[in-house]
Amino acid sequence: MPNIISMIIKRLGLGVLTLLLLSLLIFLSVEALPGDLAETILGQQATPETVAAIRKDLGLDQPPITRYLNWLGGVLQGDFGNSLALKKPISSLIAPRIQNTLFLTLYTAAIAVPLSIILGLAVSLFRNSYFDRITNTTALAAISMPEFFVGYIMIYFFALSGYFPSMANINANTPLLDKLYLCFLPALTLTLVVTAHMMRMTRAAIINVLALPYIEMARLKGAKPSRIIVRHALPNAIAPIVNVVALNLAYLITGVVIVEIVFVFPGLGQLMVDGVKFRDVPVVQATALIFASAYVGLNLLADIISTISNPRLMRQR
Amino acid sequence: MSNSRNPKHDISSEVSDKETQIKAKKLQESFISGKISRRNFVSTSVAIGVSLAGATAVVNQVEAATPKSGGRLRMGITGGATSDILDPGQILDAYMINVSMGQVRPNMTKINPDGSVEGDLSSGWQASNGAKTWKFDVRQGVEFHNGKTLDSTDIVDSIRHHMGPDTKSGGSGVVSGIVSIKEDGKYGVVVELNEGNGDLPILLSDYHLNICPSKGDGSIDWESGIGAGPYTLEEHEPGVRTLTKKFANYWNSGNDSHFDEVETLGINDPTARLAALSTGAVDAINNVPAKTASRLKSMVNVKTLISTGNKQCTMPMLCDVAPFDDQNVRNAIKHIINRQELLDKIFFGYGQLGNDNPIGPANYFRANTDELPQREYDPEQAKYFLKQAGLSSLSVKFHAADTGFTGAVDAGALMRESAKAAGIDIEVVREPNDGYWSNVWMVKPWSACYWSGRPTEDWIFSQIYYSKADWNDTHWNNSSFDKLLVEARSETDEAKRRDKYVEMQRIVHNDGGLALPVFLSEIMGYRTNISVPDQIANNWELDGHLAARRWWTA
Repeated sequence: MPNIISMIIKRLGLGVLTLLLLSLLIFLSVEALPGDLAETILGQQATPETVAAIRKDLGLDQPPITRYLNWLGGVLQGDFGNSLALKKPISSLIAPRIQNTLFLTLYTAAIAVPLSIILGLAVSLFRNSYFDRITNTTALAAISMPEFFVGYIMIYFFALSGYFPSMANINANTPLLDKLYLCFLPALTLTLVVTAHMMRMTRAAIINVLALPYIEMARLKGAKPSRIIVRHALPNAIAPIVNVVALNLAYLITGVVIVEIVFVFPGLGQLMVDGVKFRDVPVVQATALIFASAYVGLNLLADIISTISNPRLMRQR
Repeated sequence: MSNSRNPKHDISSEVSDKETQIKAKKLQESFISGKISRRNFVSTSVAIGVSLAGATAVVNQVEAATPKSGGRLRMGITGGATSDILDPGQILDAYMINVSMGQVRPNMTKINPDGSVEGDLSSGWQASNGAKTWKFDVRQGVEFHNGKTLDSTDIVDSIRHHMGPDTKSGGSGVVSGIVSIKEDGKYGVVVELNEGNGDLPILLSDYHLNICPSKGDGSIDWESGIGAGPYTLEEHEPGVRTLTKKFANYWNSGNDSHFDEVETLGINDPTARLAALSTGAVDAINNVPAKTASRLKSMVNVKTLISTGNKQCTMPMLCDVAPFDDQNVRNAIKHIINRQELLDKIFFGYGQLGNDNPIGPANYFRANTDELPQREYDPEQAKYFLKQAGLSSLSVKFHAADTGFTGAVDAGALMRESAKAAGIDIEVVREPNDGYWSNVWMVKPWSACYWSGRPTEDWIFSQIYYSKADWNDTHWNNSSFDKLLVEARSETDEAKRRDKYVEMQRIVHNDGGLALPVFLSEIMGYRTNISVPDQIANNWELDGHLAARRWWTA
């Protein structure tokens, strides 16, 4: 147990350092992009005077280092600042988006994680059979297609025929059942995108364990194949499976902007892309920090679970 | 309303004797004006000898053209972003133009479907002093959504929001000619210009110049989204969704704005827009790519709407860089462009032929084909101009990217083929989309570009073709053109003004560095549960972005 606690503390410390470096990196990248908010929001109508007026108003006329330190100072006091374009607190902008994104992530995970683990166990049970091959090929085909294409296929089959809506334009007041119905197609699309990865990792991990002597022992004492896989192999294969699940969950939070656009879903990804487009640095920073925290947090969780699942790691000195 | 309520069928033509004809005429008139019911009209018509089919035809035609009150309009529109702010000075794209100007906060003036300008929150105006001094009447009895009565202070503060050295407005260029704007009593506004400009009422219809209530300290309240428009802002999630509802005390209710509520959804992906229209999730969409426009035709209960305005794809040549510094070379290039082929193959036929002249279908003083004949693909003529320039062959580079206009690189490839017949070799250089406007356009001697066009001749000429214009993207300098530009601006005699603008179009056409092959159509789709007038505006898409005011539930 002390192992776990010291690991958590160490990881959190490293996580904070990662976030700090990342915020600097993001800030520099957005700075390196041509143009700034003043020029982008004025577009073709920009005149030097109006651009200067907006810059002065937003403090964009100050040197980058001052702006970064100001922002950092605010964040350390828990203030993420205002969106430059909307002049509203970032938190009011992000709160509804983060709810939407987490909802879609959980919805997808609730379908994809059980599905891919059960399929993974099933294909390792019947490995090299036709069932194994067909399942693998289908999953690989789904993951090989670009996400927007999978999305369009879903729309073609399920939305144009009238079964499900093509737009998942939910908001805070949408009742839960409506949300589940509206978001079904994006969740299904994302399921198809992430299932192959998790399923194949489950299969590989289980098959790896199946080659070990203790499995042979179990087989020799006459245990059924299904019991061998679920009772004997799975507990020892948890570490790699949990890790790949964590990576995919993080992906669902951070990497679904294309699916958001296809299904008109108001999530975090769209917010970040708009932030980059309009050079709205505080919005980009805040979303990037959320994404990075999701990666750090989920990986930490995966490590904790794999440590607990392995008594050798638990007792290590 | 722009649509006509007069049915095409006339029941008096079905009866023979004069007296019954008069009776039938009166009957039809009282039905059209709503004095008698449909049942009454049909039974009386049949009684005086009109066929049932004839009477029914009139009923159907009248009812189809009569705007019905109620229902909901849901639009899927491009150009929304999470950074969209309600400040009218920072309105950038279709979504916010439609919500702000088209639903919630109308301007002093608006453009009619036929291209004429009409007072909206201003009820009339007079120009004097060579169009340098303008007096606008503020419409009386107009109420803002918060109950405040519209008066001259609201108008003055709303326009001043875009003026002055500290303004942050994208509309500052539009009002740059205004020296002062002052209240003249409660319902009058006086505007002084730095030079005469007969187009001021049209300029005031610009999508930035929405009228907001004054805070009383010289600034306006744009934060609340309160305006004097037909719909009140109920819910606004920037770039995602906006819901507006009918305003009970709207000054012109009954005549325009027939919906109970309007929902605007930001849908930037073209496939998602088509899917939303096809499944009935929205009633109307804008910006259908020409490539997929044929899909609209195959959808059930969906109609295609096309308007060709001033949106133009252009190929500017820099007139101060060899070889384009020779007028003959520019003319040779203009003759090797096969415009019809570009229109058919690049834009799938959705557009109109351009004539190397930026004044387009939505402009009032556009030269007709008698005044300025259509330039055709003519390699012989191109050879002649080359010879005039002292050249036997010519080799030029055309710099293009899809940012310039969609299909620009392919257009270059087509031109390369059509130019061979005249001994001109065009090398098409594919440029990166990123940074196109700063590194290629106005930098390379010949590039691809597009303009959304401007509602007035003066506006586009002084913004792009005047020798000292910021965006003189052809580096063109023609003193007789510049002189006519200033003269035409303050000319108040319409016929003389037209002559001047036509002459200027002729000069650009013959001497300018502008090759303008095609005016592009806006392609839109709507579902048949919505009725659209016969004539729609072409100054902006979606009926000049006033769809919420001009359309109704079928």
